[in-house]
Amino acid sequence: MALDKPYQDIPGTTIFDADMARQGFHLNQFCMSLMKAENRERFKADQRAYLDEWPMTEDQKLAVLARDYNRMMSLGGNIYFLAKIFSSDGLSFQHAAATMTGMSQPEYAQMMLDGGRSPEGNMYK
Amino acid sequence: MAKITASVYSSHVPAIGAALDNGKSGEDYWKPLFAGYDYSKEWIRENKPDVVLLVYNDHASAFDSNFVPTFAIATGEEFQPADEGWGPRPVPVVKGHSRLAAHIAQSVIQDEFDLTVVNSLDVDHGLTVPLSLMFGQPEEWPCLVIPVAVNVVLYPPPSGKRCFAFGEALKRAVESFDEDLNVQIWGTGGMSHQLQGPRAGLINKEFDNAFLDRLADDPQALVDIPHIDYVRQAGSEGIELVMWLVARGAMQSKVVQKHRFYHVPASNTAVGHMILENP
Repeated sequence: MALDKPYQDIPGTTIFDADMARQGFHLNQFCMSLMKAENRERFKADQRAYLDEWPMTEDQKLAVLARDYNRMMSLGGNIYFLAKIFSSDGLSFQHAAATMTGMSQPEYAQMMLDGGRSPEGNMYK
Repeated sequence: MAKITASVYSSHVPAIGAALDNGKSGEDYWKPLFAGYDYSKEWIRENKPDVVLLVYNDHASAFDSNFVPTFAIATGEEFQPADEGWGPRPVPVVKGHSRLAAHIAQSVIQDEFDLTVVNSLDVDHGLTVPLSLMFGQPEEWPCLVIPVAVNVVLYPPPSGKRCFAFGEALKRAVESFDEDLNVQIWGTGGMSHQLQGPRAGLINKEFDNAFLDRLADDPQALVDIPHIDYVRQAGSEGIELVMWLVARGAMQSKVVQKHRFYHVPASNTAVGHMILENP
């Protein structure tokens, strides 16, 4: 019997469940490797070559190269792992979050100062 | 006899640590946040614990995708601040209470909680930011800390009910330790926030304040909140709030509320904070 996954009708949200973690395992472990300075340097020197050292899917690699975080999450990436990529790029969590919403960083920061995104109209697809 | 005397609840946003570490806590953006902890710093000077059981979650720092323990306790002598990609936070090394931690592990496993036991563990902002908020920037942390890690990254985390029952088991474990110790339990994380996807930035003040309203006097009403309500209403990362229920479960049913604070925003997150004492 299929498991009940009621969170699939939440808009704009990917829940990192056990099945997503299975699909994203190598993508997430690649991200973890960026916690070492020497690996960050090698990644920055030749991103494609560094990614090719990991048994990731081609789609996952292309999403990393494009810094398309929504796509990475749809392919099993988790935000705390993906954070190692934008930290290596010198970007903040707020900056990365903004890119996922399609807003500019100043627009997003202003939305947060104004009390954040309202739950109203944002709880069900 | 060791005894749990009080519990502290707090969000653990990494940007708060960065603001402190980079000398920005006096800036207009951060001032109201840190002001919410002024009372707490004074309170903890007068109610200094010997040991804090610090319930937190690792954020892909010490635990990667290879090992995902649902509940873990750290029995090591000391824990280094983790390098989360921008170098370790310039905060003191965290000193553990190895004997108490081992005692707790043995007690709660025999009490039906199959804990993972960890020795070496680098501790990330989830653990060090609450220490900074409560103690400021000392040369050494003024108490020992036992890290208690809860998985809230890989869905599903343990249920609120299970977290509360784990807290009850921790209480029994602490109370059966024969050294005289003043023990506090801290629950960290939350409140509403979502860091990912087109819905990032979600904040739900109503949900958060209802949670704070019930934490002291009616925690049973919180215990049955299903995961789906947290993620739908409080954001995909708002589910961290189940960790507050571990701390509340370790307290007596009637408690005294000493402090309550709520502030939006700290970066992407709603910050909640509470101090409860056992009578």
